[in-house]
Amino acid sequence: MVSIAYATRKITGLLVTIFLVLTFNFYLFRIVPGNPFALLFRGAGLSANAVRSLNAQFGLDQPLWIQYVVYLRNTLTGNLGLSFQTRTPVTDMILPALINTVILLSAASIISIILGILIGILTAWRRGSKIDVGASATTLVLYSMPTFWLGLVLLVMGVIYFKLPVAGMRSFSGVAPGTIGQLIDLGRHMILPLLTLVLGLVGQYVLVMKGALLDVFTEDFMVTAKAKGISNRKLLWDHGFRNAVLPMVALVALNLGLSIGGAVQTETVFSWPGMGLLIYQAILSRDYPVLQGSFLVVTVAVIIANFVADMLYPILDPRVSET
Amino acid sequence: MGMIGLTILSGFIFVAIFAPYIAPYDPSQVFLAQFLRPPSWQHFFGTNEAGQDLFSQVIYGTRASLTVGFAASLIATAVGTLVGIFAGYYSGLIREFLMRLTDFFIVIPSLVLMIVLAAIIGGGLTSIILAIGLVGWTGTARIVMSQTLSVRQHAFIEASRTSGAGDFYILRSHILPNVMPVAFAQTVLVVANSILYESVLTFLGLGNPNQVTWGQILQFAFTSGAVTVAWWYVVPPGLSIMLVVLAFSLTGYSLDEIFNPRVRKI
Repeated sequence: MVSIAYATRKITGLLVTIFLVLTFNFYLFRIVPGNPFALLFRGAGLSANAVRSLNAQFGLDQPLWIQYVVYLRNTLTGNLGLSFQTRTPVTDMILPALINTVILLSAASIISIILGILIGILTAWRRGSKIDVGASATTLVLYSMPTFWLGLVLLVMGVIYFKLPVAGMRSFSGVAPGTIGQLIDLGRHMILPLLTLVLGLVGQYVLVMKGALLDVFTEDFMVTAKAKGISNRKLLWDHGFRNAVLPMVALVALNLGLSIGGAVQTETVFSWPGMGLLIYQAILSRDYPVLQGSFLVVTVAVIIANFVADMLYPILDPRVSET
Repeated sequence: MGMIGLTILSGFIFVAIFAPYIAPYDPSQVFLAQFLRPPSWQHFFGTNEAGQDLFSQVIYGTRASLTVGFAASLIATAVGTLVGIFAGYYSGLIREFLMRLTDFFIVIPSLVLMIVLAAIIGGGLTSIILAIGLVGWTGTARIVMSQTLSVRQHAFIEASRTSGAGDFYILRSHILPNVMPVAFAQTVLVVANSILYESVLTFLGLGNPNQVTWGQILQFAFTSGAVTVAWWYVVPPGLSIMLVVLAFSLTGYSLDEIFNPRVRKI
């Protein structure tokens, strides 16, 4: 399946990249004019003891390289600092937000993939038809609009025409009792943000699916198989679909960076309590520790996702481990 | 397709240049007691919560939105072309390092990095321009690098080298001219992207509230809570963004087809 050499190379790459991101993250926030970390707790009305212990914990009065070591030690043990705004540990703010974003993004990705496959098959099969051209045009138009604007438009429509909830994850009242009631409520809150994200993502999946299918359609073995009398559906499934799986998986990993961007915008518009909203609020209040922590978590998550995808490729397509 | 794109583009550029003559009012002029009025003959796009004419705002917003888009893409293309050319021309450590650097920036989620950069630099249009430029160069770098690699193989480079030409001479007179067409086609798409990103960053609050851009109008629409009651506040600025980006994309794809030997039509 996966050769040891390949796995070792990828794992080393993973660790090196994560280390680079940590370093990058550290220096990025230290070049801020006025170095907020140096001024972290001045003027906050804390007792001298508190200031001293905070300085010790974060190494704030030490030379830069010691601060770096302290930062590494803290981060690797899960200590991402304290928020400027709420004075609570950043990690405690990030964890629930991360879960909420994962819920939203996973749902959006799964729906986009399924839709991408269906529409991809449709447009590949009827290439050049009105459906095909229509789909391409729609994708181009969707790509040209900012995700947050799409969200705003859907929000307006959702409020006026469909009476859908447009903020947050849960309603405070009017929810049917029990788990089913909770789930339905969650679902209703998810509809608009999901729609926004899916519309932004689906175009690329359609393109990949269609491309993979068209690639296969032109192969010689397809003509042979058809001549042998194999049904269209079997052809499509066995060859076309299998051919598309690898690029689709690759696309999910590649898209993750862009999806995060979409998630930030969508969560802001719909007040969905995820990483995106957390980052938005950190921007508004210039809460640098939260920004730094969020940036780190989000980037590492994408890197790990890419790594998982990298590990899946040889399993899906044995030709890959040669690279 | 490309022609449609160009036509739309010229339209917008025209509006941007002649904004003061086209806009019926000064965008910051307040019309007392005309808050959040829907579109009418006096105010084509209606008014906002401060009583200002939205049509004039959208017209004037064209200037800043386009300017930021152009400026940011200038930086991104410059950085990308430089990285691409050096990575393609030199081999060994330099190429390895530049490729790793490009990959590093590709893996990091673009929008989040831009947000962080813009916030760190302090906010406002300049920081947005810098943020977009310093993050959005990777696409150009990759394409330029691959183009440089193929140009490098050509015999005339070898001939040049044997007659004693130095590296910089070759880079400037041979590689660069052959790489420019591809880079140019890419630039158009980068501008489209930059305009999109500017609107997002401004919407998220990293812009300058005193500068009218389409994203800024949308930011006020959202934070003032006027969104759910005033569709005219939301639709025109967003449509403008969409049309401009669409126009650039159409033009860019056509140019790409002409200049880029690697593009395949599906």
